[in-house]
Amino acid sequence: MKENSRRGFMGKAFGAVAGVGAIGSLVAMKKTWDPLPSVKAAGFTTLDMSIYQEGVMVTEKWRGKPIFVLKQTAEMLANAKKNPKDIERLVEVDGSHYMVCIGLCTHLGCIPAFREAKNDFKCACHGGEFTASGNVQKVPPPRGFDIPPFKIDGGKLVLGEVGPEWQSMKDNGVTL
Amino acid sequence: MAHFTKATSVKDWLNQRLAVEKLEKVMASEYWIPKNINFLWAMGMVLVITFVLLLVSGIFLLMYYVPTTAEAFNSVNYTIMREVDFGWLWRHVHGVAASVVFLIIYIHMFTGIYYGSYKKGREMIWISGMLLFVAFSAEAFSGYMLPWGQMSYWAGMVITNLFSGGSLHADGLVEWIRGDYVPAQAFLGRFFMLHVLLIPVAILGLIGLHFGALRIPHVNNQDGEEIDFDAEAKKYLDGDKAGSKVMRFANDFMSKDMMVVGVYLVFFFYLVFYNYGFAMDPVNFDPADGLKTPTHIYPEWYFLWSYEILRPFNIDLGLILFAFAQVIFVLLPFLDRSPNAIPANRRGKAFAIWFWLMLANMIVLTAMGKLPPAGIFSQIGLVSAILFVVQWIALPFITAREKKV
Ligand code: HEM
Ligand code: FES
Repeated sequence: MKENSRRGFMGKAFGAVAGVGAIGSLVAMKKTWDPLPSVKAAGFTTLDMSIYQEGVMVTEKWRGKPIFVLKQTAEMLANAKKNPKDIERLVEVDGSHYMVCIGLCTHLGCIPAFREAKNDFKCACHGGEFTASGNVQKVPPPRGFDIPPFKIDGGKLVLGEVGPEWQSMKDNGVTL
Repeated sequence: MAHFTKATSVKDWLNQRLAVEKLEKVMASEYWIPKNINFLWAMGMVLVITFVLLLVSGIFLLMYYVPTTAEAFNSVNYTIMREVDFGWLWRHVHGVAASVVFLIIYIHMFTGIYYGSYKKGREMIWISGMLLFVAFSAEAFSGYMLPWGQMSYWAGMVITNLFSGGSLHADGLVEWIRGDYVPAQAFLGRFFMLHVLLIPVAILGLIGLHFGALRIPHVNNQDGEEIDFDAEAKKYLDGDKAGSKVMRFANDFMSKDMMVVGVYLVFFFYLVFYNYGFAMDPVNFDPADGLKTPTHIYPEWYFLWSYEILRPFNIDLGLILFAFAQVIFVLLPFLDRSPNAIPANRRGKAFAIWFWLMLANMIVLTAMGKLPPAGIFSQIGLVSAILFVVQWIALPFITAREKKV
């Protein structure tokens, strides 16, 4: 009996030591898989918005992801104004309107192609489609293109930094 | 201390220390196999051999492969394929084996379903088998990342995105898995580790479990007959070899197994030398480019059926059904409520139809998964995906009503 309770105590003591060790190792393992600081620090890109032409889709790069920049033509803008869901997604810099989005399909992350003839985007992976302002026009994508955090800085746009315009988009559920 | 005597032979020396004779009996000459089985029971051995081929060719590839985003593509497509003498051989063996292993696994699985080999004490064989299937899938996926071509990159992107859980938006989890915002060096490094160490070790352990699970119930037979292995083994050892329902695993049954393996290897090396193209996606001969998606992203053929179940639905439903398809086979022994453990065709109409329809539907799903998601193919895919789910939901009801045969 006495033996047993001593062994029981030793078992519990070991269990406690091992438990602390196991939790510690799991924390270390989890953190080892986190993105490195250098990866996180390289997360800013500045775009000079004056170089874009109306109706021409340009792909930029931010955090390894493609960024679609589409300066809206008068026709696109007129279309967008008809629908509050469209107009609220556009970024206004120096009086012009731009669609600035992460160019990854919100379904599973393929890069949709811009179809000039139809002024929309088509994802080849599972057939999703997006409008010229980045909203979904055909499923499976669950929502419009995500808009990267940005800050308007005169005629420039800094991606990766949170400005008031982006914050309000986020607060209003325009983007994630 | 145990008592050791002067050895009379090398065998005796080993026997005293390792009990090799006893071991040989337990593992081989007195491991009993029913006589009433056919070539489909050799698939397990074919899988073992294919796994060895993967291991050996992998070891040789590993000596020249460089796991960095800058060099991976060239180390495979230039160094191994052009510079290393016979490098192409290891690559083709590895690629073809990775593809063919799934064909054999599917045959092995459907053999098990057909003969009811997941029932009556064989549940753990089935479950360990499905765990092997999961481990092989992870192994195949992680290996596919390594050449760092366009398909590697985009399959990596799409599959890791699955972990965001649709509307749950667990983007942090996805970034954690990748170690970056997109698949990059951290991603390649960790998948390299998984492919060459952690998953193979898990597979070895699971194969051990699979074999261990076979020991007590033994393999099934063509009639699902319940055999008293002790009695039949005794009959055999007492000299009535013809009257006994069982035979020795080695060398008697092994010789049959190896005959099938021989035929398989001829077919296998025919593929390796003359028809390896199916195992090498042409798109993956373009280096990874994060700013350009290939026009069609599709997985290797063996994942197509489950991919097709994901595709026709909106993201949340798609993910739920995809997860359903991934795990549902594991539950087969518990969803099948019938008292019969005999071949599907003899269990009455309902289950026979269920079995052949499931097989046919998975082939249709596979075909649709390869075709672009448009027009009539979208519709066929949708119907097939729904049918797949309905069949599984119906299974407990169909089988519960089955009469004992
Ligand atoms: C590469 C992986 C695998 C290897 C190396 C392997 C190996 C084997 C071997 C050697 C046997 C005994 C001989 C035979 O009946 O064919 C066996 C039996 C069996 N395996 Fe596997 N197997 C693998 C994967 C699987 C999978 C994915 C399943 C499906 C869930 C599965 C289910 C079974 C069943 C049910 C049996 C018993 C067959 C019977 O009793 O008739 N195995 N396996
Ligand atoms: S990734 Fe675009 S539709 Fe699936």
